[in-house]
Amino acid sequence: MNLLLDLALVAWLVVLALHVARTGDDRNAIVAFIAFGLLLGLAWTRLGAIDVALTEAAIGGGITGLLLLRAEAHLRRGRQADGAPRQGGGAKTIVAALASAVVALGLGLAVLAFPSPAPTLAQPALAAIDATGLGNPVTAVLLAYRALDTLLEKVVVLLALLGVWALTPDNLWGGAPELKEANPPQPLLYLARTLPPFGVLIAVYMVWVGADAPGGTFQAGSILAAMWLLVMLAGLSPAPETRSRLLRLLLVGGPALFFAIGFLGFAVAGGFLAYPKPLAKALIVGIEAALTVAIALALGLLVAGPSNKAPAR
Amino acid sequence: MTPLALAPVHVATPGGYLLVLALTLPVLGVLAILALAPRRARQVALASMAAGLAVAIAILAELLRTGDALTYVVGGWQPPLGIALRADGLSAALIAMTALVICATGLFARGMHDLAPETRDGRAATTFWALLLATWSALNAVFLGEDLFNLYVALELLTFAAVPLVCLDGRAETMAAALRYLMFALLGSLLYLLGVGLIYGAFGTLDIRILSGLGDGGPALSVALALMIAGLLAKAALFPLHLWLPPAHAGAPAAASAVLSALVIKAPVFLILRLVLDVAPPEAAAFAGQLLAVLGASSILFCSVMALRQARLKLMIAYSTVAQIGYLFIVFPLASGPEGMPPWETIAWTGGTLQLVSHALAKAAMFLAAGVVAEAFGHDRIADLGGFGRALPLSAAAFGLAGLSLMGIPPSGGFIAKCLLLTAAVINGHPWLAATILAGGLLAGGYVFRVINTALASPAMPLTTRRTIPRRLEMTALALAVAAVLLGFIPLEPFGLLQIGRSGLATAVLP
Repeated sequence: MNLLLDLALVAWLVVLALHVARTGDDRNAIVAFIAFGLLLGLAWTRLGAIDVALTEAAIGGGITGLLLLRAEAHLRRGRQADGAPRQGGGAKTIVAALASAVVALGLGLAVLAFPSPAPTLAQPALAAIDATGLGNPVTAVLLAYRALDTLLEKVVVLLALLGVWALTPDNLWGGAPELKEANPPQPLLYLARTLPPFGVLIAVYMVWVGADAPGGTFQAGSILAAMWLLVMLAGLSPAPETRSRLLRLLLVGGPALFFAIGFLGFAVAGGFLAYPKPLAKALIVGIEAALTVAIALALGLLVAGPSNKAPAR
Repeated sequence: MTPLALAPVHVATPGGYLLVLALTLPVLGVLAILALAPRRARQVALASMAAGLAVAIAILAELLRTGDALTYVVGGWQPPLGIALRADGLSAALIAMTALVICATGLFARGMHDLAPETRDGRAATTFWALLLATWSALNAVFLGEDLFNLYVALELLTFAAVPLVCLDGRAETMAAALRYLMFALLGSLLYLLGVGLIYGAFGTLDIRILSGLGDGGPALSVALALMIAGLLAKAALFPLHLWLPPAHAGAPAAASAVLSALVIKAPVFLILRLVLDVAPPEAAAFAGQLLAVLGASSILFCSVMALRQARLKLMIAYSTVAQIGYLFIVFPLASGPEGMPPWETIAWTGGTLQLVSHALAKAAMFLAAGVVAEAFGHDRIADLGGFGRALPLSAAAFGLAGLSLMGIPPSGGFIAKCLLLTAAVINGHPWLAATILAGGLLAGGYVFRVINTALASPAMPLTTRRTIPRRLEMTALALAVAAVLLGFIPLEPFGLLQIGRSGLATAVLP
């Protein structure tokens, strides 16, 4: 029964992936891509990787999908304005298809040659977890064993946001992005009024529980971002100006706290990003909370895009 | 679990904390720029530059003092579970090179921004400072990383710092160039990440030092390395994956072009070197080396000819970058010395490193000089620049001196580099590579002399500058060009610094 379910899941994934690559209609492809992200989340659940599943569904299915849909709507308006037809390259498609086939073949070859049982660091990761006071080995990997990677990834998210902001025309620099739909439909307004309290509650729960069970900053951050975007799209609250000091402090606050505690490790725990054992869990949960706010803001602002209103004088 | 992985492979050294500082200080500057008012951005950047330069010098001094590599185990978590940072002689040399070029371009950018006080605290200037510092952290992370996934994060940091630099001026064509760069860079990241996943699946570790001791890897390792190297080649813009580079590097503001061309593309090259040398099994390494050398030689010949044909100065310099990167790839077969001699004791290893460093200095000098020319005359069409040497003698001199290094004319770092590579090619019996090195030098002479000739021409109507250029701006480019020339006084033999911290690996590789 389970095998049948898995086979169906894999078949759907392959079909959706091919559909995304082949369809000529952008919007159609994006919707299929969102479905692909959600199904991929299911696949991760089947593999027992709940943390990855949650992230894939939230980022791959949710935030990325929203980002792509907005970009497509923007492009479509531009195309209608200048009337240029879409062009597809035949040679490029063939090269891409060949390259993908070669990579897929290589992957198949490599995966079939994997040793069995697979070598894994799961045991050492569990064995060392006591020193962190955490219960979820994934969180231990992200915030203790490989905290440096996580820290730098958070800076990458900030840089991506800075890259988007850099596209602002000079006279609008520091202003606010405009997200509000011209006439927000009633269902959207209704959702924007009722969903956010639940979303915030779920996000807070996810950060808290992430220390010991699946969940954590990125998942909670993307849920918060989705709630914020809902409110902004419905026009219930305008997007903030990108020059706002409070906004920037909150954005930087998560990574800055992470750095500060990391450097504190030099003084009290014998090294950068080392935690003193009795305080480890408290510090990690504190970092996660600050990071969640920063990620939620960064993801929301990434979808909102560069500002298109001049800053108020 | 192999028994090798149980014993600690990385032992932290006393000076190891310097590596953490090299990696984090610039990024802390980025956070400060984001949090503070825009007019503070340049102060933060200049302070970070001073601190970063001091750290780079300290790392070099510590390495020379102890004669051994610096190691830091982050958070005290031993690999393979945790992450180690390590600086051997080569890493330290590259970190010092990066600090030098970043500080010089930073000073140049400050001068450029001063020319237009009204936009000095605006979008482009503020963003530039943040991205410059982020690039620096990313480069240091690449040079220090010992963990393949940590290196992936470093590459991502580098991509997201470098791509927006291309389109800072906001014109549609630079936006298109940046987008194309992003596509190539993301494709490269994706292939690299696939390879990382395969290596973890096959070995349960991503630490390069542990991997180097594992011996035969089987098909998974071969496929993984092929994917990773292909991805890195797309980022390094080696022929035929170079298409994104010329418009991107030529379209960026001068200071950004200098950093992109001199430093950013060196990061993937360095990682390819580490994969081939430290991770690949010997036969696979030899095969990959031959293939990379063929691509490198094609790069030298094809892109030098392309550089000769460019009408615009900055595009010419950008094509010259792809050609000069080619030299770094012909090092692979040349560095396989006589039986039993590790690569880092060969003259080709020293030659390759010198080529990397001298190109960084010379290319940064050229782009900065070209930036001054474009600022002074409002365009960079070579044909309409006749006699620019009279108006901007220092910039013309900087261009000429940097050109010496690219051509490989003594005295210059480029001469020593190409001389060592040529000798290695002749000794090891690679006549085609020797011929390529010579042909590349001649072609470089062609495109450099074309510009020098223009600079020294005396047109009927002398060129007039749009605005006066402060002497200090021109001096930055000249200083970098002089540094590239001074590298030529390094003795012609395998260089001791580059062997520091390598011998430990030799025992790990050879049973």
